[in-house]
Formats: sequence, structure tokens, C-alpha cells
Amino acid sequence: MDKKKMTELYRTMVRIRMVEERIAAEYKYDEIKTPIHLSIGQEAVAAGVCTHLKKDDYLFGTHRSHAQYLAKGGDLKKMIAELYLRRTGCSHGRGGSMHLAAPEVGILGTSAIVGGDIPLGTGTALASRLKKDGKVTAVFFGDGAADEGTFHESLGFAALKNLPVLYVCENNHYAINSRENRRHRNLNIAQWAQGYGIPSRKINGNDVVEVSKNAEKAIGLCRKGEGPVFLECGTYRWKGHIGTVDDVGDGFRSREEYDYWLSKCPIRWYREYLESIGLWDDASEKALREQISAEIQDAFLFAKASPKPSPDELMDYVYAS
Amino acid sequence: MSLKTVEAVKNDIPVTDNKSEEDRVISFKDAIFEATDQAMARDPRVFVMGEGVDDPTGVFGTTKGLQDKYGTERVFDTPIAENSLTGFAAGAAMAGLRPILIHSRMDFMILSLDQLVNHACKWSYMFHGQVKVPLVVRTISARGWGAGAQHSQCIQGMLMSVPGLKIAAPATPYDAKGLLISSILDDSPVLFVEHRWLYKTTGRVPESLYSIPFGTGAVRRPGSDVTIVAVSYMQKEALKAAEELETEDHISAEVIDPRTLKPLDEKIIFGSLAKTGRLIIADTGNRTGGAASEIAAVVSEKAFSLLKKPIVRIGCPDAPTPASEILEKAYYPDSGTIRREAIRLMK
Repeated sequence: MDKKKMTELYRTMVRIRMVEERIAAEYKYDEIKTPIHLSIGQEAVAAGVCTHLKKDDYLFGTHRSHAQYLAKGGDLKKMIAELYLRRTGCSHGRGGSMHLAAPEVGILGTSAIVGGDIPLGTGTALASRLKKDGKVTAVFFGDGAADEGTFHESLGFAALKNLPVLYVCENNHYAINSRENRRHRNLNIAQWAQGYGIPSRKINGNDVVEVSKNAEKAIGLCRKGEGPVFLECGTYRWKGHIGTVDDVGDGFRSREEYDYWLSKCPIRWYREYLESIGLWDDASEKALREQISAEIQDAFLFAKASPKPSPDELMDYVYAS
Repeated sequence: MSLKTVEAVKNDIPVTDNKSEEDRVISFKDAIFEATDQAMARDPRVFVMGEGVDDPTGVFGTTKGLQDKYGTERVFDTPIAENSLTGFAAGAAMAGLRPILIHSRMDFMILSLDQLVNHACKWSYMFHGQVKVPLVVRTISARGWGAGAQHSQCIQGMLMSVPGLKIAAPATPYDAKGLLISSILDDSPVLFVEHRWLYKTTGRVPESLYSIPFGTGAVRRPGSDVTIVAVSYMQKEALKAAEELETEDHISAEVIDPRTLKPLDEKIIFGSLAKTGRLIIADTGNRTGGAASEIAAVVSEKAFSLLKKPIVRIGCPDAPTPASEILEKAYYPDSGTIRREAIRLMK
């Protein structure tokens, strides 16, 4: 990987983290009137995969897709405006945090039905195969989605048709508060994919270098017509399923487990790595954070100053026109 | 025409007024086939997928031979995975193609409601029209021959409450072709409701391509005493009942075919009621919460003053379909049911 790409990966992760921390900080003011699902702690997966996608490659995501939206090149101002449910939002205030779209960079929408985006992304890959347009689709979903029928139906079909689709399972070990071992017996989801005849790997989703290397290879295979490929990326969400709480202790996750994963912060680890090879220092960190802070500030000012939808738009686009 | 470069195919298909002079007669089934064949020939984005679409019988003949003509990439068999199949088709539609997904029994589409209702039908609205889903879902129902509770359902009424879905329910070969063309041209998901008891019926169908606008019903038989709105196959039963009512009972029934349930041509129903003041609505599905209930509600809200008598809904009772031929006969309404209700309304 060239040096520019290595620092770019770091920038992508820090930007996602800082945006989501700001969202969390603003949430208490009740001006963001939509459920939010933060991916703080999981940034390496979106960053490592999306860095290898082209602008017109397709991406589908879930209710927890701020990271993918930003990593794929979605406009930050439009995303924040969507959280404020403004007309300038990426879904014009129709979707909220769970339903982001940016067709101009291949994001055709995110679904808040667990596993719901898997068939859709398989479908765009089917279209790419029929059109021979060389595009690859990346579909992101969590370990909870592996329990859904759509997961199994889609993998079977994509393997049958050799579709150019990269399935990215972000295994953060929880579906809301249900731990994976309470939901299925074989905890190696990558093995399930292998059962469908799909090249598959279980990797460390908190190591952006490992994610990036595997994604590059996977996307290359898809582009050559040798898809689909499956990556199970082990990671951890620092926040609870929804909102800004941590869901630790009192019947939730154990403090030990939580502290362990915080010690595995993908951003801190990668920064130390970049510093160790002389690609990063305190000055570059300061400059980066100042630049991103200014961008985030602009986005929040833009969102809060944007107009809200008007009631006479209520019935627009029920049907396409 | 290379599919890779096709962004749009110019729509030069005429909208018809149902007054074509052509007198070629073909069956309902052949009209479906011809519409699919011609749509695929003119637009490389159109493709056909579904369980068994390429088998020798070709979905009761409606897809027979299409794979030989258009290849295995545009006409293909699928896994038995109705929900995800719907999502694959919706995703392909989002990427600019025009899929036709076929369920050879309407019952099977119940497995697909997540991808249809939660995804395909909401996508345009949730993303403010930025992503379109030009998807056609063809479903085929039938009745009789002991098909039982899971091979006989007509759930179009249930699906009328799904925002973002259009529903066509043709009852003539002419409408089968024209409405299927309209459905393929449409940029929104369309449920195309077919009834196998109509498949062998014949009628005048132009060879050329034509489309029929959604939301335009047709008066199939003029009358002045009672209005019968009949959906899909119930058209046949309604026309038979109207004939008997005239010759046996001296009652003049006007038979209206809504042709599409969503959008619904309300005006044609109100216009008829202005003459008759009596309304019977006959649907192939269950009466409770069904298409007849919705149409009755619309009339009650908007045209109550035109009614001389309470509205009569005719449909299947609130029970699953039995297999026994004795129980089937008791279960399904027919021309006799419609005739009895018309006579009662005239008393």
C-alpha cells in the first residue's frame, strides 16, 4: 500500500469517529429527532473496504451506516442534514439516520430491516453481471443478519450465478443485546459462507490494514468475474445498539469485555503503527483534527440552518416519477 | 443495442382507447406471452426470472420458448427463495433493469412480503425519488380441483394497503397484454394479478404494442338497475349473472371492470351508481378486509348519497380454502351468488 493511501485510511477512520462523537454530543439537545445507531469502534471495516471501491460501485448498508456512507464518499453536509430531517438531507428528510442514500457515489439506500439489504445488493450485482458493466457491489450487514433467511438465500444465489458482490459481515457479536452464542451454534460465520461455495475469510475487523488487504483482493476477484467473496470482520461497537448509551453492566455486556475491546481501538492501534513507521506524528494529528473539526462544524451549521420539509410534499414520490 | 449503454428506451408505445379495428382473436395466456415477448424484443433491460420459468410448460405457457429466444441470462430459473428473489429483482431494478418476477401461485408471494413491502415499495419514497424500482411481480391464482388452502389464494385486497405498490388485475386478453406492457413501462413496483380460469378465454388483441393507463376502468355491459363491480375472474361470473338477470329476472345490471385496483377508477363506479343506486362488488379474494371492502369504503365515503341500498360485498368467506369439492362449492361465490344478491337488492 502506498503511503498516501495509508494516511488516507487513517483520515477516513478519524473522520468517521469525530463525526459520530459530535452526533452523540448533539443528540441530547433533541434536535436530531430520529433514532441513531453509532458505529464508534467499528470504523476500520468501512474504511478498509471502501478505499478499494470505485465511485460508481454499489454499496448497501443497514440502520448503522454512517461509517459506510462517509467512507464511500457520501456528502457529510447532506448526511448531517438528514439526521436533522431537513429538505437538504441526503434523503430529503424522508429517511433519517437509518435510511441514507447517495446514488451519485453508488449508495442506493440503507435498510433498517435486519438482512434486508443483502438481497438488494445481490440484485445490483445481478444487474452488473447482465449488463457487464464491471461494477462491484459491497453489502454490509451485522452478525444478526446471518440469522435471517435473506442471508442464506442470497449467498446461495450469488454463488450459483458468480455475482460480483462482496459480502461484508461486521461481526460485533451482538444483535441489540442478544449475544451471538445465544442465537447460533457455529460462531464462525465465514464458514457458513464457505458452505455455499463462496471464498470466505474471518479477519480482524479492527485492523484496517488486514481489512484493506483482504478487501482489495476480494474486490479484485469480483471485478474479474470470480465473485462473490465473503469477509467476516470481527469488531465491537462501543455504544449500545441505539442512541448514545453504552449498555454495559446490569445484565448488559460485562465491564471486562467492554474494557478489553476499548483497548483494541482500531484508530489508536493504527495511529501507533503509522507513527512507528514514520508516517504520522503529533503535528499531522493536530492538523488533521483541526481540518475535520472545521468540516464537521460547517456540516452542523448547514444542517441546522436548512429548511424542513413542507407538509405539501407528504405524498411526493410514493410512486416514482 | 448494448445493454451496458442503455440508459433509457424511448417510450413510443401508444396508449389505446380500446377501439382498435384489429380483429385478431387470441387467448389470455397468449396475450401475456406476447406482451412479454414484445417487451423483451424492444427493451434489452427487460428480463424474466422465477421458479420454473424455463421449464417445458413455461408457467402455463406464458414464458414458453422465451429462453430459447432471449438466452439464459434474460430468462432464468431460480432457487426456491421467494423473499430474496424479490430483493434480487428489486436490486436489479434499482440498477436500471426492468425485471419481471413470476410466482406461479400467488400464495408463494406471501413469503416475499419483506422485500416487496419493506423494501421495493418504500424505496422511492424513503429516498425522495432518487432511486426507482421498476419491478413487475406476476402472480397466478386459480380455484377448484382441490387446490386447498395454500394453492388458491387471491391476496390482492390485502396488498391494496401497501403504499407504493400499483396493482393491475386484467380480466380480458386485450387488457392482459396492454396492462402488462404498462406495468413493464412503469417506474414503480407493480403487482400483476392473473387468474388461471381466465387463461383460456379468448378475445380481440392487436398484434402491435399498446399500453393501457392505470386507473381507467371499463364498462363491460351497460345497465340501469344495479351496478356490479367485478375484479379479475369474477368478471366472467358477473357477466353470466347479468345475462341471466336480464333474461330471467328482467333486471338490468351494469358490469364494471376496474382493470387496476390501485390506482382505482372511482369515477366510473360513481357514474354507474348515479344511474342504478345499487352496488355489488365481487372479488376473487376473501371478503374481510379485501378489495371489495376497500371499494365499498371509498363509495361510502365519497358517493353515499347515490346509494339506494346498502352495498353488497361478494368474496370468499373468512376461512381458508377447503379441498373437498363439496366444501369448495360452498366456499366460492359464482354467478348464482351475484344473481341472488341482485334480485335481493331489487326487492
